Amino acid sequence: MKKIANILILIISILLIQNHSFSAETHKFLKTEWTFKGLFGKYDRASLQRGYQVYTEVCAACHSMQYLSYRNLAEPGGPEFSEQEVKVIAASFEVLDGPNSDGEMFMRPAKLSDKFVMPYDNVEASKAANGGAYPPDMSVLAKARKGGADYIYSLLLGYDDPPADIKLDDGVYYNKYMYGNKIKMSAPLSDDLIEYSDGTKATKEQMAKDITTFLMWSAEPHLETRHKTGFRVIVYLIILSILVYFTMKKIWSRVETKV
Amino acid sequence: MSDNNYTPNSKIGKWFNDRLPLLTLANHLTDYPTPKNLNYWWTFGGILTFCLITQIITGLVLAMHYIADTKLAFASVEHIMRDVNYGWLIRYVHANGASMFFLAVYIHIFRSLFYGSYKSPREIIWILGIIIYLLMMAAAFMGYVLPWGQMSYWGATVITNLFSAIPFIGEGITTWLWGGYSVDNPTLTRFYALHYLIPFLILGLVVLHIWALHVPGNNNPAGIEIKKPSNDTVPFHPYIVVKDAFALLLFLIVFAFFVFYTPNILGHADNYIEANPLVTPAHIVPEWYLLPFYAILRSVPDKLMGVIAMFSAILILAALPWLDTSKVRSAIFRPLYKQFYWILVIDVLILGYVGAMPAEGLYLLIARIATAYYFIHFLIILPVLGLTEKTNPIPLSISEPVLAGSAMATKSLEKDKIENNLKSLG
Repeated sequence: MKKIANILILIISILLIQNHSFSAETHKFLKTEWTFKGLFGKYDRASLQRGYQVYTEVCAACHSMQYLSYRNLAEPGGPEFSEQEVKVIAASFEVLDGPNSDGEMFMRPAKLSDKFVMPYDNVEASKAANGGAYPPDMSVLAKARKGGADYIYSLLLGYDDPPADIKLDDGVYYNKYMYGNKIKMSAPLSDDLIEYSDGTKATKEQMAKDITTFLMWSAEPHLETRHKTGFRVIVYLIILSILVYFTMKKIWSRVETKV
Repeated sequence: MSDNNYTPNSKIGKWFNDRLPLLTLANHLTDYPTPKNLNYWWTFGGILTFCLITQIITGLVLAMHYIADTKLAFASVEHIMRDVNYGWLIRYVHANGASMFFLAVYIHIFRSLFYGSYKSPREIIWILGIIIYLLMMAAAFMGYVLPWGQMSYWGATVITNLFSAIPFIGEGITTWLWGGYSVDNPTLTRFYALHYLIPFLILGLVVLHIWALHVPGNNNPAGIEIKKPSNDTVPFHPYIVVKDAFALLLFLIVFAFFVFYTPNILGHADNYIEANPLVTPAHIVPEWYLLPFYAILRSVPDKLMGVIAMFSAILILAALPWLDTSKVRSAIFRPLYKQFYWILVIDVLILGYVGAMPAEGLYLLIARIATAYYFIHFLIILPVLGLTEKTNPIPLSISEPVLAGSAMATKSLEKDKIENNLKSLG
């Protein structure tokens, strides 16, 4: 058994060394409690629902979420709005459909199966409207940035006055956590910017936390199933390895060699 | 080997076996005499077979949903992650499976280096292994391109551009690889086709690898030739099967941990950004398992020489059976080689580390020293060491070192056997 332990330690340390090489230039991110971290991590339902509200009222004016469908909002493991609520949400958006039998394209209210309506028709339009900067699609954003949720949370709260030695052009803002410290998005959050429908006080920190949770969910919609399945799989594997270990011992007891 | 004498018990079995000797093969595989002192480092062969099969099966399912088109590839991967039933699981197993595959193959290769498994009469097994390893790298590289993220695109651009360093015909080769004048849709579709083909080439080579292994039989930690079958061997089934199964389960626990709890830690965040030919990522880094070679490539100032150094670093391994001049296989009996072996391990880890760092300043200096040492190890240290090293005495059989303290036990076992035989005679 000692040998096996050694091999396991070696494997894990090799992987950690290799990982370390990716995370060598870590910034100190702002710390907050995430319910979705850890072996049993789950999303905070209420936070996801508030996060969706922040998305629609603050972010959606510029940022698309092209891989999400309205039905996702009602699916288990997500914000879990009721189907009725989501139908109402979807119906408040107009989508282009067609061609109809006359060969005409037409507008209709969105359905559950429709993808989130995008704020701009294409990337060029979004750039033109935002001073040449493309507001990135937010569907997988939480996985597409080093630091993930912590990075996004920190970035949202990382706006500050620039140090004296940094000159900023018009439409460029200083952010402690942005790569190169210059960002073209103005500080999107301020206290009481929106009014939460569940009565939670809309502080900057609260909104940053809620929207980040929402973005984490949109990037990893099956995280809860993954954690739950993973725990069962690993417990199963451990029990099975113990059984196989004793089977092996028994079989090898016929020869005079230790295993 | 007693294969030729095997006759199935049943009449149907005999009829079938006379026409296609599959049962003889099965009998050979179960009876295959294996050294009884194989340690857990020997279980990685079985683990690798498992990895290959896992990659083929998960890859097959992914191929049913993936679309090889630059406009749709990224979205189709997101479709797999979101809408396909357990698509996230299949994809994470496939992506992390590649890392696990390489982890296992590195342990397998370094086990071979430690115990001298590449030496006569096992050179062909070793060279087949190197070819498999090369194909694995090709498959992994092309697989990484398929999701069409930023690292996919820019990784493909950097690696395919290496071929342009070849004098005169380089540019032509690169254009030919791309199927155009840059990495684009034709590149993606051909990488997809090749990514699907290579695993089956590997599978074929694995069969040859195992076939070649079954001719001389396994090497063993003592690195000595043993009589087969004998007191020193056990039949493959059930002894080795159960031991491999146990090791595989432990490996799977590590595997499962990555898949279910940190599925993206071995990847790069930039690959969740769709490929954009107009935006170059700050650092273009290959997957972790290619980093040592990436470090060697970048440590040479000249592009062509860098490419040559990188490929030589792998191809030099094929010459290893002849570069290592020592008659003794196992490092256990080679006190000096053992030390140089561990220095090489550390050297490769350092190369992996600096491969992930920007190629400048101190990192570049370290990369250059580590690269030089890598080649010195194979080209100078090994040949010289084999001729000058004073090795420790080698045991005559496996039973000797293992049972040195319990000779009496063997004798009493023998005695029991003889008595039993006498009894059965009546």
